[in-house]
Amino acid sequence: MSNYDVVVLGGGPAGLAAALASHGKGMNTLIIEREHRLGGILKQCIHDGFGLVRFKEKLTGPEYAHRFIEQVQAQDIPVLLNTYVVQVDKSEAGFELTVVNRQNGIEKIEAKALIMATGCRERTARQVFINGTRPAGVYTAGTAQHLVNLEGYLPGKKCVILGSGDIGLIMARRLTLEGAQVLGVYEAKSTPSGLSRNIVQCLHDFNIPLHLSTTITRVFGDDRVEAVEIAQVDENMRPIAGTEQVIECDTVILSVGLIPENEIAEMLGIQMDAATRGPVVDQHFMTSVPGVFSCGNSLHVNDLVDYVSESGEIAGASAAQYVRETRVRELVEIKKDNQDFLYVVPQHININTSNQQVILYFRSRDIRENMRVTIKSGDNVLFSRKYVILRPPEMERVRFQLKGDIPAGRPIEITMEPAEDKGVAQ
Amino acid sequence: MKNLICIECPIGCGLQAEKNGEQWIIKGNRCRKGEQFAINELTDPRRSVCSTVKTIFKEVPRLSVRTDGEVPLKSIFEVMEQINRVILERPVHIGEVIIENVCNTGINVIATSDLIYLLEAK
Ligand SMILES: Cc1cc2nc3c(=O)[nH]c(=O)nc-3n(C[C@H](O)[C@H](O)[C@H](O)COP(=O)(O)OP(=O)(O)OC[C@H]3O[C@@H](n4cnc5c(N)ncnc54)[C@H](O)[C@@H]3O)c2cc1C
Ligand code: SF4
Repeated sequence: MSNYDVVVLGGGPAGLAAALASHGKGMNTLIIEREHRLGGILKQCIHDGFGLVRFKEKLTGPEYAHRFIEQVQAQDIPVLLNTYVVQVDKSEAGFELTVVNRQNGIEKIEAKALIMATGCRERTARQVFINGTRPAGVYTAGTAQHLVNLEGYLPGKKCVILGSGDIGLIMARRLTLEGAQVLGVYEAKSTPSGLSRNIVQCLHDFNIPLHLSTTITRVFGDDRVEAVEIAQVDENMRPIAGTEQVIECDTVILSVGLIPENEIAEMLGIQMDAATRGPVVDQHFMTSVPGVFSCGNSLHVNDLVDYVSESGEIAGASAAQYVRETRVRELVEIKKDNQDFLYVVPQHININTSNQQVILYFRSRDIRENMRVTIKSGDNVLFSRKYVILRPPEMERVRFQLKGDIPAGRPIEITMEPAEDKGVAQ
Repeated sequence: MKNLICIECPIGCGLQAEKNGEQWIIKGNRCRKGEQFAINELTDPRRSVCSTVKTIFKEVPRLSVRTDGEVPLKSIFEVMEQINRVILERPVHIGEVIIENVCNTGINVIATSDLIYLLEAK
């Protein structure tokens, strides 16, 4: 059995940043990754646009990941590749992991603290309602991306894309560049869910049409996709009779959302948030089980990798702090109105801490203009800012200090209200 | 007046461009990059190209690459054709030049993954 202070599950950008932070604070740290190389989903995200916040450069996914992999190697942080965690139990020292590895077989590893950085998975055809047969040729966007970018295999010649998430838009361009014809992107909502810049550089540049308030209602084909039926939908996402149209194609790409991956967190009985589908955490990204931390896309689905790395750093530094000195937590709930906020992370604030800084991420429920977002404990205002526009696809990040009177037992409130005037944001 | 969306960062500002004699007047940009973007977009639109090249290594059949600068939007498919002709026979480090001066654009195509690391890790 080997012993570590901190074990990080997942070697994507979140896990890499977490391990570097924990190692940097003097912790004996191990990374466990089930794939044969580090980098996570970034290995296949070969388009550019990563790292604008952190490096002020437009890097591709593999380049962004490589900057962290190099540091992990330079600092000799141990990494177990091709390794699956099959079980996690609480033990006297903290946690006992049972892992399976091709070379060593079954192994036990002890850790004082655990960091979950297991990323997310894609919603599949089973989770969206489409009628008809289930022929070959239906892929999630991430699977298509893996096939094209890592294996060099083009999944089809005539493709339609369901969902306007960024990965779908990126794949529309990628498939076009590799010689496939992308007939259109169909989005059931009335606004696109991907970034405007991706609508421009992935669709407009290549004259790929985007059809809003439209969805795929049926897939035709026995062995292979032969056609899809599309229809317009009403405000309640119900297909409008008489608007159906059949489009011949051989491939359907689904870009209909991501779900945090938390199988292992669930084994430990960690409390989950129904809105994020990740664990409930405090500002140190510690979950409901002391000593277990969460970051990156397994905590909540991020749109920018820069914030994924940031969350890893917070989790890594906090895990080190926890190993060094375990204090009893005094958690205060962050109360929000679900009409205004899709979610808020963290969900709790630990007021018994030496670290006064809080980084908080939120998404608005729908598109809102001229809003003031305020965070307060009673009358003690901790944060207040005006936003010209808030959109659910764009995660907002705020930073504030725990100052003044913040009593235990009184929730901290986050509110969204129409801003007083239309003047300059402050 | 022309409406554009700036693609320089994830904010994606909506830009309005108006011609005043020979000069473009740009509005709607939250930072300086937006102004330059709009002027380029209206006079000589350019993009980076990100793709993959074939390799002879069966553990890593494709290696990711990109242009190290922007090429004219209208040459993207020509650049892709050049990229698709490459079969990489040697292990390279990240950042190494794979195609020099692609399609006479003055821009190189460089590796964005480290083939040496990828092969070692296998
Ligand atoms: C297709 C796509 C396009 C994107 N485009 C952009 C973009 O243009 N710009 C941008 O800034 N961001 C972009 N993002 C977002 C960004 O890439 C992700 O938010 C980020 O990679 C998430 O990092 P992560 O470490 O949380 O998860 P991942 O990168 O998914 O890493 C998780 C790792 O954990 C491993 N793992 C999972 N379970 C286990 C287990 N049980 N045991 C061991 N290991 C395990 C996985 O193998 C994986 O390596 C994109 C994301 C995707 C999916
Ligand atoms: S103008 Fe500046 S802030 Fe706006 S999208 Fe362009 S780069 Fe981003």
